[in-house]
Amino acid sequence: MSKGVAITGMGIISAIGNNVAENYDALINERKGITRVDNVETIQRDEIMVGEVKFTNNELIAQLNLPPENNYSRTAMLGVIAAKEAIASAGITDIKKYKTGIVSGTSVGGMDMTEKYYYEYLTDKETQKYIESHHAGDSTQKIAEQLGIEESLVTTISTACSSAANAIMLGARLIKSGKLDRVVVGGADCLSKFTINGFKTLMILSDTFNTPFDENRKGLNLGEAAAFLVLESDTVVKAENKKVLAYVKGYGNANDAFHQTASSDNGDGATLAMEKALNVADLKPTEIDYINAHGTATGNNDLSEGRAILRIFGDEMPEFSSTKAYTGHTLAAAGAIEAVYSVLALQNNIIFPNLNFKTPMKEFSMIPQTELKKKELNTVLSNSLGFGGNCSTVIFSKEA
Amino acid sequence: MKKVYINSIASISPQKTYDNGIFLDEITEYNDTVIFAQDPDYKQYIPPAAARRMAKGIKMGVVASKIAMDEGGIETVDAIITGTGMGCMIDSEKFVSAIIDNNEQYLTPTSFIQSTHNTVAGQIALGMECKAYNFTYVHSAISFESALLDAKMQLENDEAEHILVGGVEELGEHTTKVHRIINHIKPEAVTISEVLDSKTEGAVFSEGANFFVVSNEKTKSCYAELVAVETFNTLKKEKVSEAIETFLKENNLKLDDIDLVVFGNNGDVDFDGYYNQLFEGIFSKTPQVFYKHLVGENNTVSAFGVWLASKILKTQTVPEIVKINKINSSEIKTVLCYNQYRGQNHSLVLLRKC
Repeated sequence: MSKGVAITGMGIISAIGNNVAENYDALINERKGITRVDNVETIQRDEIMVGEVKFTNNELIAQLNLPPENNYSRTAMLGVIAAKEAIASAGITDIKKYKTGIVSGTSVGGMDMTEKYYYEYLTDKETQKYIESHHAGDSTQKIAEQLGIEESLVTTISTACSSAANAIMLGARLIKSGKLDRVVVGGADCLSKFTINGFKTLMILSDTFNTPFDENRKGLNLGEAAAFLVLESDTVVKAENKKVLAYVKGYGNANDAFHQTASSDNGDGATLAMEKALNVADLKPTEIDYINAHGTATGNNDLSEGRAILRIFGDEMPEFSSTKAYTGHTLAAAGAIEAVYSVLALQNNIIFPNLNFKTPMKEFSMIPQTELKKKELNTVLSNSLGFGGNCSTVIFSKEA
Repeated sequence: MKKVYINSIASISPQKTYDNGIFLDEITEYNDTVIFAQDPDYKQYIPPAAARRMAKGIKMGVVASKIAMDEGGIETVDAIITGTGMGCMIDSEKFVSAIIDNNEQYLTPTSFIQSTHNTVAGQIALGMECKAYNFTYVHSAISFESALLDAKMQLENDEAEHILVGGVEELGEHTTKVHRIINHIKPEAVTISEVLDSKTEGAVFSEGANFFVVSNEKTKSCYAELVAVETFNTLKKEKVSEAIETFLKENNLKLDDIDLVVFGNNGDVDFDGYYNQLFEGIFSKTPQVFYKHLVGENNTVSAFGVWLASKILKTQTVPEIVKINKINSSEIKTVLCYNQYRGQNHSLVLLRKC
């Protein structure tokens, strides 16, 4: 029950870097990627800050060598970049050698193109190729094609901001059950007018840099990103003499069942998710060395999640931080982005700071780790909480 | 590993299927290119004030889940897992068009909140106050099968005892319009008896919700044992037969062991070849049924195929209207469902009499 699933590769593209090395460099040098939005035309530009990948779509198309007639959404392109890095980092040269699948999370999918050409689709032939890339599964289907994954299990999860965490969870279970030998898991989401305006109407977007767990937090910065991990069975790890970066040790999913968009005051769902993950990992709360919190910097999330963390860890709270101040909230991708950061934390025995924090919240005395800290880490717990009450926790460990 | 059973079913579809007491006894005729789900009496299940705020997909999902839970005789489950290829189209369309029409001004959050793919699963959880595992799969034509596979793994490993699994799809006006333009929808109206021989491209688009309670113990309402689920992102036409035979072999079965096949053919002249080769090939001696002439095509309509297979296994009757060939089995013990959409996202679901 408690045996972990090996992570043998990872890839990422986010507002703070186009690969794992660049992301790590930004994390340890406290360089955040929050700016005004450049690639989405929106009247909200001066009122919001975002975590944006600065490549234009044309630059991404050129990087990926896609033909001019391609119908890739931005989500798909970001996803392909991160997934390819993950495969390369796992040293995989023959994808067909083992039964390999993909599980990806997305919430935006191809909405970026749909909102651009919504009415044009009806009359402009040129744009119609994007009609088929609207649905959420399309980006995953394209990532599979780019990696050469055929005749296999390829699926997509959309549970709002917990999607990628859930993809990791399903992937781990697919390996444990022997359904697959190898699975690429993660998520991708691009910025869109749809999400910018959606979160704007909910009045949870900050007009400045987001400040997780701060009393005066003003809301979140939306971000875009993609990240993927390669999970492999013990048999493959042994046969290929693979270097294991870390293990997926535990996971838990629960529903807050409180409100379609808001979290319950006491963080019931998040508490349950953490409890379940600790159970699967067969770990006690005191055995968790660092918490990478969801910490979106909205009033509601940080209070609810903070209380849930308190309920689980009480007086024996390990260091915790949210890395959303670096990347913004990358929605469905967040769980994968933070999985990569959790693995980096384990590999380097380092805790990334919760930037922009000044004033403790009045409801409790929890203070996030605000400076880069060296610490021997064996386990990291990562939370992802979302709309629809979806709460997920994944625990990563150095040892199986 | 524990065995997995489909203990209850529910279907809201363009046919009158929401009443589990009947089995395609009366057929609603259509002569169209897009067909809508027939509404059960939503008031029986959802307070009218709440129902008014819900788009059709949410209502169908919530009510189908209640019908399945009622028949299963249980109040709560250990997981709620849904599949939806297109998600909440009605609210998505509302919000996108509002953004464009009003140049990002005067927007209200309601349609945004209800536009996320996990809205139906979230609403079901809210209604049941169920804090358990809650997932939504959104991978085109295998969205439902992904949900089914997830449930099956959890039940086999005894991580859960009862799981609510379902597929839901609603029609959005604009989405229908744009799919018509790229010929995914049939150019001319067809009746249900003409669909298969229409010789035109595209399908009759539709909507619906099919939900099931699956458990690792058999209850007295049991319909079928869920033996295996497999999905394929790609599969060349010439490799389908081989994939099916491999799948059966992995489950210690031969072609002869299959008593009935449920096919997902929809009358699209460009893609029905995937099935036609099987009618005449490996399954030429096997009773075959189909259903998309009755309920149309949508991303999770393959869940209706599983509904149909479950009904056939439990009642041991095959309605005339779904028969493709004239071959009959004396006893129907093992049923295979095969579906694909536009040549991608193939699925195989294997069921056994319980």
